[in-house]
Amino acid sequence: MTTVSEEMRQLGYELSAQFADNFLGSREDRGELTLWVLPPVWREAARFLRDAGYNHLSDLTAVDYLDRDPRFDLMAIMASHVKCDFVRLKTVLGLGEPVDSLVPVWTGSNWFEREIYDLFGIEFQDHPDLKRILLPADYQGHPLRKDYPVTGPAGSRFR
Amino acid sequence: MSSETKAIEYSVQEEDPSGYTIVNMGPQHPSTHGVLRLILTLDGERVVRSEPDIGYLHTGIEKTAEVKTYQQALTLTDRMDYLAPLSNNLGYSLAVEKLLGIEIPERVSHIRVLLAELQRIASHMVWLGTSGLDAGAMSMFLYCFQEREIILDLFEAVSGVRMMTSYIQPGGLMADLNPGFLEAADKVLTELEGKVDMYYGLLEKNPIWMERTKGIGILTPEVARDFCITGPVARASGVDWDLRRDRPYSAYDDYEFTVPIRTQGDSYARYIVRMEEIEQSLKICRQALGKITPPGIGVPYRTDDRKIVPPPKYEIQYSMESLIHHFKLFTEGFTPPPGDVYQTVESPRGEVGFHMVSDGSNKPYRMRVRTPSFTNVQLIPELIQDLALADVVVILASIDFVLGDCDR
Repeated sequence: MTTVSEEMRQLGYELSAQFADNFLGSREDRGELTLWVLPPVWREAARFLRDAGYNHLSDLTAVDYLDRDPRFDLMAIMASHVKCDFVRLKTVLGLGEPVDSLVPVWTGSNWFEREIYDLFGIEFQDHPDLKRILLPADYQGHPLRKDYPVTGPAGSRFR
Repeated sequence: MSSETKAIEYSVQEEDPSGYTIVNMGPQHPSTHGVLRLILTLDGERVVRSEPDIGYLHTGIEKTAEVKTYQQALTLTDRMDYLAPLSNNLGYSLAVEKLLGIEIPERVSHIRVLLAELQRIASHMVWLGTSGLDAGAMSMFLYCFQEREIILDLFEAVSGVRMMTSYIQPGGLMADLNPGFLEAADKVLTELEGKVDMYYGLLEKNPIWMERTKGIGILTPEVARDFCITGPVARASGVDWDLRRDRPYSAYDDYEFTVPIRTQGDSYARYIVRMEEIEQSLKICRQALGKITPPGIGVPYRTDDRKIVPPPKYEIQYSMESLIHHFKLFTEGFTPPPGDVYQTVESPRGEVGFHMVSDGSNKPYRMRVRTPSFTNVQLIPELIQDLALADVVVILASIDFVLGDCDR
């Protein structure tokens, strides 16, 4: 099993020094490094990591922890084409709380964010074209939220 | 009902006073390889603006996985990238194994590598056939599907199914290789190795093919990185990134192979990269065949951990503990400790990433799949800008996306 390298730990220290009050902490789990920041510095922290060599936005997604406040985890996984490892950047968002879009940092995050908006209902500020992507434009609700029943909304029938 | 509303909304939105033609390409169009809908604004033959519209194949796999046990959710992964189900099985299994923190016997890792590389060849064969077909080379389709068929026969022999295999499972394999598999695989590889030159010969120097692909749809490395592109599309643009070499999983670090790179970034470069990948995959398969011991009694094909995989039938006959393990596995499944992991594999189309979040129960709290087709389809407007409508078809083929993979 892989472990987090000293170089990556160093990166975590640098990030925490850079965003002192907005840095929440870091966690090592199963050889993966997760860094937590507060929503106001979400884009700046991503840009910091990109400039530190983590140039490939591997994935951008969210997790809904229904019983927790703030409710959502927003996470970006950034890989380095040079160091051949990846780091996970996380932030926490309450219901209806918007967050800065990462499109100015990576154009490719456009569709990832549209998907999160579609399925979780998280709004991204400064996004060029925030609309539903997988579901029809007139769809009601956000299916990947934990309070959305897996069988579809109440009273709906298979159409 | 909903699709109707959507169509109306788009037609109003896309109305253009400048006299451009708006063409709705897809979702039912043979060159979109599935159900991709492209809304093209054309000035004569030239594409002025384009917008891909996806979601026609969205089946809510990520939501469905949340109510399935870890063993059941595996079958959903086959149905995403239906041209490379074994790569998806592999990614899912590795992610769950990472979550569980278990080690897999080396023999199993080699079998996984062999199957994943055979799958890559089969997938590239479909791509070669259909992209040839899109450019007017009808015979490519007929030749390539023959080769794909003999590989699918191998999959059928090991797993019982040609496409939705679910053969690679968390903890190992569904069953051991069938007797005679290694000989059959050897025969298939010999046949494919003998035909690689023929496949090069069919298109490589074909003037029509070169005319239609060279310099068409150029992707620069900067744009590729900006759009999070992976796989052969990125490698044809000089992005030197292959997860098999750079973040080795399974047993790929035991294998010798080169990663084909081109810097031109056009459709022809993407074609050449994939052709060379087929050669490299054959090389890996050969090496794997030398490392895999034949099936037999006492040869491991899954982990020994009875909490993860069911015990063999003969053990249930005399061991009470085995019977309990068997019962628990098939009623409850296994429960990984809480936490989240991210595991990537290199599928024929690029980086497939499985993001598994466990809350300590027997079902994934969240299964997120990062699929290469999703990011690659996003690139289409960038590539087809200002090109002729006929080139769009060739560029779509050269990207090689699977809509099931894109929409999930």
